[in-house]
Amino acid sequence: MEFIRNFPFFSIVLSLFSGPLSSVLDGKWAKRANGAVIALCGLLSGAVLWYAARTGEAFVYTMGHFPAPWGNELRAGILEALLAVIFCVIMLLCMWGGSREREAEIESGKQNLYYIMVDLLLCSLLALLYTNDLFTAYVFVEINTISACGLIMIRQNGRTIEAATRYMIMSLLGSGLLLLGLCFLYDLTGHLLMSNIRESVQALADFGQYQTPLLVAICLMCVGLAIKSALFPFHTWLPDAYGYSTLSSAAILSSLVSKGYIFLLVKIFYRVIGFDVIRDSKVIHVLFVFGIAGMIMGSLDAIRESDIRRMIAYSSVAQIGYIYMGFGLGTTAGVIASIYHMICHAATKSLLFVAASGITEVSGKSRYFKDLNGAGFRNRLAGVAFTAGSLSMVGVPMFAGFISKLFFSQAAVGHDLKMLPTLMALALSSVLNTMYFMKTVIRIYSPSGSPVPGTAGALPREYENITLRQQPLKAAAMILFILLNIVLGLNSEPLIGLIRQGLEMFNTL
Amino acid sequence: MSRKLPRERYEKTLSYRLKIWLEGSRDPYLGNLEIRPREPRQEDEAALRRMQEDRKRVRARVYDTEHNREVVLFQKMYRGFSLLFCVLLVAMLLMGVADLPPLGEADRPVNNEVSRRYIEKGLEETGAVNLVTGMILDYRAFDTLGESHVLFIAACTVLILLRADSKKGKNSEEEAEAHDRAYEPKNDVILQTAARLLVPFILIFGIYIILCGHLGPGGGFSGGAVIGAGLILYVSAFGFARAERFFTARTYKRMSFGALACYCVLKTYSFYTGANHLESVIPLGTPGAILSSGLILPLNICVGVVVAGTMYTFYGMFRKGGY
Repeated sequence: MEFIRNFPFFSIVLSLFSGPLSSVLDGKWAKRANGAVIALCGLLSGAVLWYAARTGEAFVYTMGHFPAPWGNELRAGILEALLAVIFCVIMLLCMWGGSREREAEIESGKQNLYYIMVDLLLCSLLALLYTNDLFTAYVFVEINTISACGLIMIRQNGRTIEAATRYMIMSLLGSGLLLLGLCFLYDLTGHLLMSNIRESVQALADFGQYQTPLLVAICLMCVGLAIKSALFPFHTWLPDAYGYSTLSSAAILSSLVSKGYIFLLVKIFYRVIGFDVIRDSKVIHVLFVFGIAGMIMGSLDAIRESDIRRMIAYSSVAQIGYIYMGFGLGTTAGVIASIYHMICHAATKSLLFVAASGITEVSGKSRYFKDLNGAGFRNRLAGVAFTAGSLSMVGVPMFAGFISKLFFSQAAVGHDLKMLPTLMALALSSVLNTMYFMKTVIRIYSPSGSPVPGTAGALPREYENITLRQQPLKAAAMILFILLNIVLGLNSEPLIGLIRQGLEMFNTL
Repeated sequence: MSRKLPRERYEKTLSYRLKIWLEGSRDPYLGNLEIRPREPRQEDEAALRRMQEDRKRVRARVYDTEHNREVVLFQKMYRGFSLLFCVLLVAMLLMGVADLPPLGEADRPVNNEVSRRYIEKGLEETGAVNLVTGMILDYRAFDTLGESHVLFIAACTVLILLRADSKKGKNSEEEAEAHDRAYEPKNDVILQTAARLLVPFILIFGIYIILCGHLGPGGGFSGGAVIGAGLILYVSAFGFARAERFFTARTYKRMSFGALACYCVLKTYSFYTGANHLESVIPLGTPGAILSSGLILPLNICVGVVVAGTMYTFYGMFRKGGY
């Protein structure tokens, strides 16, 4: 066996080990270790991606001396490795972008605890990507949930404690439903390994046995993961959790944590149940409806919001709606579009969070729109970054968001029943997106010398200016995020090819 | 041989008193102890009403019910819908469960080659007499590796939430100690005597459970919980000042790091050799001996250390936010 096949396992163990290691280091060294681990995991995953693309097939990695149905197993294909690379890159950039806020907002004695959370979060994300065993996935979902709670509440004020409590209740409910679904599936198939479950489920479907429990299991798992990834009616935990936690937490939570769960759902669709069975079960129609509802309602909530961080958070609800709508189309093209949108939303949303913090920083730390006038002139890079992110979210060509909307519409065309609703929802949601994002962009580029409406002609206060040189790390993060967005927008073809190949690999082994 | 005693002298003997005590014909507390009946609790009508009004006012202020008619409506509908939802969920789950393969039949899907191999070859392949331990620490050790990190990260989250390290210096330590003791009995003789007797046995029993995890019922999780309970009993009897002579937050950190790192390294070796089809140098030993079943014993010790430390940390954090 080639040495490179060990890399998925190495990256998981490396990040797992760095968690306890950070508990005995002080904050500074824990930070360095964390950065090194994220970068190293990204490199290892990049090597796996290269290897999988070169050999053109996925490989399994036996964890221990016992082969598949008895022991645990990892599986790495193109899609897993691709997402691992992207997750690592985005996580590293999020950590860079939020490092100043982190040091200011977290007590110095608790800095290293933050890095423990991030290390173990990375580990759980990697394990969720690579695992070929449903129960292992559940164990790492637990780690993911707890570390996300820690990330929210480490900045201690009343709102974050409340947000973390709410997040914990909702997220544990989701975990519980997922576990129930797993129990049902285990009872029906006698396996926990994804490949074996799929064989058994296919047999059950062919003979028409146990249809009701199978449907219940699928529903439980879908609802559980939908709660955890904040699909529309279950999104109430989201605005507070993203809106009040420290910057890097908000960026990581919105761009990575929810995506980990969504990818687990994709894996369940393709590798555990089989996409044909899912399509026949009609569960996807429900996902489709709620996805569309989320696209509209999330945007409406975002329009009503007067706090820029919470507005961006609500926008996440809409974007998660897009992703579920893609699943709901029930075609491979739809799923490809969804996975692409996952990547592009991860890159854009974290950019928006970082840029928004840059904007609020030069507006006297106020996050309300009425104070943001002219912030784009005071912190030029943050203004440009926010504009780029907004354009991408709205779906302007050259940016990532445009491509995913294009793929969503292409996937919908030709669909007999769902074409019209999809296209209408896309159009409506784009208009709503434009309303709240462009409102913000116009606001930050309105000269601050002009009287602020609603304050009876009073001149605004003087705010400090921030240049690129003062915050090199954050600036670097923003520039790289913008570049990532443009690369995703201009050069989507290879990525789509990789995703398609990766999805095809899901059917083998 | 017996002799006749006058009644007064007989009533003073030990045997007579024992007899009386056994029969219960005389209450030893009668005339010695004053018992006053408790006064019936007065319901303070005014305070109750004030509380209810306060609650109503707070609700009105928080949700601004004057202007938010929809919130009021929503809160009313919320209860109805949650009830409906619960009923639907219960019905759905019952329907699903009713169609599951019947319990206890031989040809259920769960009785397949997986469990068969665990049962038939478990002893031979893992060297553990306790099949469950063999399963969780050898066949599916990756899950357990994750599970022990769940405990670790849960402890870290509690540290984030409850650790109070703003105060420093000797004076504040005394304050913290006084605060900690405010609602707890200080130097409770009964508790201390019981703890002095029980704690060594509890600790030894916990260690036994951990060490024999591969031979019989037990293992790291249960043994660690027993040790943690023993430590908690000790600290509630004698206070943190004495417990800190051998167990501080620093000790916990180092211990859990050591245990988890040890677990990680051992399992990495085992996974690596297994996946690359290399020969592992770890002998399985004779099944049934204390030093057998390869890595399971050290792994059980690691898990036990983490569990015990985590339980104690939870207690310390919830009690006074640090130890």
